[in-house]
Amino acid sequence: MITMNVRKTMSKTTQHLAAIVASSAAWLSTAAYAVNDLPGGPAVRQLNMHPAVTKIAEEQHWLHWFMMIICLVIFVAVFGVMFYSIWKHRKSVGHKPANFHESTAVEIAWTIVPFLIVIGMALPATKVLVAQKDTTAADLTIKTTGMQWKWGYDYVKGEGEGIAFVSTLDNAQRVMSNNGGPKAGEAPDDYLFKVDNPMVVPVNKKIRIITTANDVIHAFAVPAFGIKQDAIPGFVRDTWFRAEKIGDYHGQCQELCGKEHAYMPIHVKVVSAADYSAWVAGKNKEMAAKADDPSKVWALADLKARGEKVYAANCVACHQATGKGGGAIKALDGSAVVLDADHGKQIAILLNGANNGAMPAWKALSDTDLAAVISYTKNNWSNQTGQLVQPAELQAARK
Amino acid sequence: MSAVLDPKGHAGDHAHDEHHDHGAPVGWRRWVFATNHKDIGTLYLLFAFFNLMFGGVLALGIRAELFQPGLQLVNPELFNQLTTMHGLIMVFGAIMPAFVGFANWMIPLQIGAADMAFARLNNFSFWLMIPAALMLATSFFLPGGAPAAGWTLYAPLTLQMGPSMDSGIFALHLLGASSIMGSINIIVTILNMRAPGMTLMKMPMFCWTWLITAYLLIAVMPVLAGAITMTLTDRHFGTSFFNPAGGGDPVMYQHIFWFFGHPEVYIMILPAFGIISHIIPAFSRKRLFGYASMVYATGSIAILSFVVWAHHMFTTGMPVTGQLFFMYSTMLIAVPTGVKVFNWIATMWKGSMTFETPMLFAIGFIFVFTIGGLTGVILSVAPIDTQLQDTYYVVAHFHYVLVAGSLYAMFAGYYYWAPKWTGVMYSETRGKIHFWLSLIFFNITFFPMHFLGLAGMPRRYADYPMQFADFNMVASIGAFGFGFAQVYFFLAIVVPAMRGKGEPAKANPWVDESGKGAEGLEWQVPSPAPFHTFETPPKLDATATRVIG
Repeated sequence: MITMNVRKTMSKTTQHLAAIVASSAAWLSTAAYAVNDLPGGPAVRQLNMHPAVTKIAEEQHWLHWFMMIICLVIFVAVFGVMFYSIWKHRKSVGHKPANFHESTAVEIAWTIVPFLIVIGMALPATKVLVAQKDTTAADLTIKTTGMQWKWGYDYVKGEGEGIAFVSTLDNAQRVMSNNGGPKAGEAPDDYLFKVDNPMVVPVNKKIRIITTANDVIHAFAVPAFGIKQDAIPGFVRDTWFRAEKIGDYHGQCQELCGKEHAYMPIHVKVVSAADYSAWVAGKNKEMAAKADDPSKVWALADLKARGEKVYAANCVACHQATGKGGGAIKALDGSAVVLDADHGKQIAILLNGANNGAMPAWKALSDTDLAAVISYTKNNWSNQTGQLVQPAELQAARK
Repeated sequence: MSAVLDPKGHAGDHAHDEHHDHGAPVGWRRWVFATNHKDIGTLYLLFAFFNLMFGGVLALGIRAELFQPGLQLVNPELFNQLTTMHGLIMVFGAIMPAFVGFANWMIPLQIGAADMAFARLNNFSFWLMIPAALMLATSFFLPGGAPAAGWTLYAPLTLQMGPSMDSGIFALHLLGASSIMGSINIIVTILNMRAPGMTLMKMPMFCWTWLITAYLLIAVMPVLAGAITMTLTDRHFGTSFFNPAGGGDPVMYQHIFWFFGHPEVYIMILPAFGIISHIIPAFSRKRLFGYASMVYATGSIAILSFVVWAHHMFTTGMPVTGQLFFMYSTMLIAVPTGVKVFNWIATMWKGSMTFETPMLFAIGFIFVFTIGGLTGVILSVAPIDTQLQDTYYVVAHFHYVLVAGSLYAMFAGYYYWAPKWTGVMYSETRGKIHFWLSLIFFNITFFPMHFLGLAGMPRRYADYPMQFADFNMVASIGAFGFGFAQVYFFLAIVVPAMRGKGEPAKANPWVDESGKGAEGLEWQVPSPAPFHTFETPPKLDATATRVIG
């Protein structure tokens, strides 16, 4: 209860302070630039940490105020004494020097008391630190890879697993920086924060961030979440956050990583669970589309070449390079199903499996891969049918 | 005329002149072949001041670029070179040599020794720094420009650097060798050459702090040498100490670097504590409060400095127990440091204070250094450090301890001891102008950086978001003011002193009509200090601060 009140008072104090400084400094340069606060990023002339969006960040704010107040009290007390002494014990007001130069009692006291104060500081700090390091039981795990000079995001566990993309600073802003910075009146509020592909995460879920890097050390940081974790090449480290508010949050690389260090921002979009699912679906479709367009019409030679690779990766262990199988494994070379002019028979077996799963279902492969491998078997060994199966047929068969 | 520049400066009021006219070199030979601790001290101080100006110009390059958002003056490559070289030159070229200069001048005078123990080694350790400094400075002209991996030279970014990285590594090796030789000299001088009657616990605080500093230097400079040598072999000889592509560990580099780097921080501040511990009593006309606890506090800080290094690495991803250990040990340093501040204030308490320039800088030191100390305590709290690591808050913090700490103490020491070196008094008005300009512009430069850091502005950024524009502009204005204040110091105070302009200084200029004020053997010899002092060990009184008979 007390801490809650203290917190409220503190945030009010900050607002007042900010208001005073803001009004007195309005003539300064940002006024000329007509820049606004960036929600989820820095505010103009911000005096304190970013507004907290996670419990951990809130605790960090509290700790900072707690430490600030103790330090300020000590500072005022110690220098109150010093300036009192400077005022009173001057030669110019005729003060004669005393002769004392040691006092064991006093010296022990001012060793013990700071020691106790330090213990008082360490206790709450320990509590927050232990909570901050607990990355277990995450709902969603995202691997972030620092690269010179962009961020790669791989959704490795949880909803959206398999999504992977790279996030880069908007090139127009990079060019703007090279040209001497934004001109007055046309400065974007998100200058140096705008990226092409933000990381998207659901609200109120525990997100574990695994960091690594491809080249040199970078650091992944989002101040509003209270996280900062170095991304170290050859090593994986982790941190976590549970964002409690929908919105856009911004951070920047925090470890010197070469010339474009200032130009690899971090943008995390926190969305509702429903929006997140929609984003995942969209992203999956987009990725599949990017991987292979199923409506593409292939030439036989190309499709066969691709099919050979798919065969080597998935089929060869059972059906053998000769296509003759062995034992319970049916031969493909000369197989009636393979030679049949009706493509549907072979497609059905590949999509659904056969022989009670002795032949597994391969529907996890893409339409193009399946079309390629079928075309390959139809035109290899002694099977020279000349038949060509297009991905579109697979797409149709799946429905 | 002063002993600083006048080749015949030693031919004045000294009893042993005839015996010592053994062809001491004059002209340039006096300096190149210098073996006299006062001459070498002068060389060190001038070298350090030159580097302060050079590093300062680099800093102004940084601040000029950051005056507004966007790139106007330098490209990001050059910007990183400026931040890296500013750090390296200020740490290794300005602050460390300046304190060695103070040590050379003052330690023999304070302990009643004729000179440093190893005079030729002393010459070598100075002149070794010149090729090192040249290698550092000229690295700007090598292909790819100067090193740009930050003064901490973190791997694997160092593996991407051009040939200037090698030149920087060799320069650091030479500077390290120079520091180790200087430290050996200081330790041997202090332990073996004190005048009879000056026991260790009667020794001046400046000698105590330097004795402990010298041990720190001998302990950690080889560690730095190891780290940069491994970097060198990773770069050229196919090893993979820190190269992750070959299974190396970049975090191991940081551990090794900061095992050097944190004691290094105290190497740069302990001699400052020593200087302040002389000036506060002198101008309070009262003995230093708690001399013994001052000595113990200095020792404790030195020992603790070896077990706190990983607080520079809270965001590398240590296990929670590691973070807790380094958080606790770092917080603990506040205790002995607090003891020092309390002792200084207790020395002032019920004194009879006057406020000449050395005292102003000493009080300025206590006041502003303590701000840096308290932000250090805040940074030691690992969860807060998660927000502040690698932001401008850290930049503000270490400039409060290194500029307002080390540099202010050196200014205080200059104003306090320069009358002894040069034989002339500085102009009190000019000294005060220098003090107030420095104090005001320092705070205009670095105080806003606390806000920038809290708001999350990362350090070593060539360009920054619009919201940070105002505080950056204020900091840049302050930086130029601070720079000009130091040019004023050189032209209006140092140059006249070197040319012997000013009121002649008394043997002890810091003692009033009642006989109270500065104490110590350095005030027992004339001003300027003759070329040779204490050629025969002086007989001391019981306090070991006066020569009797």
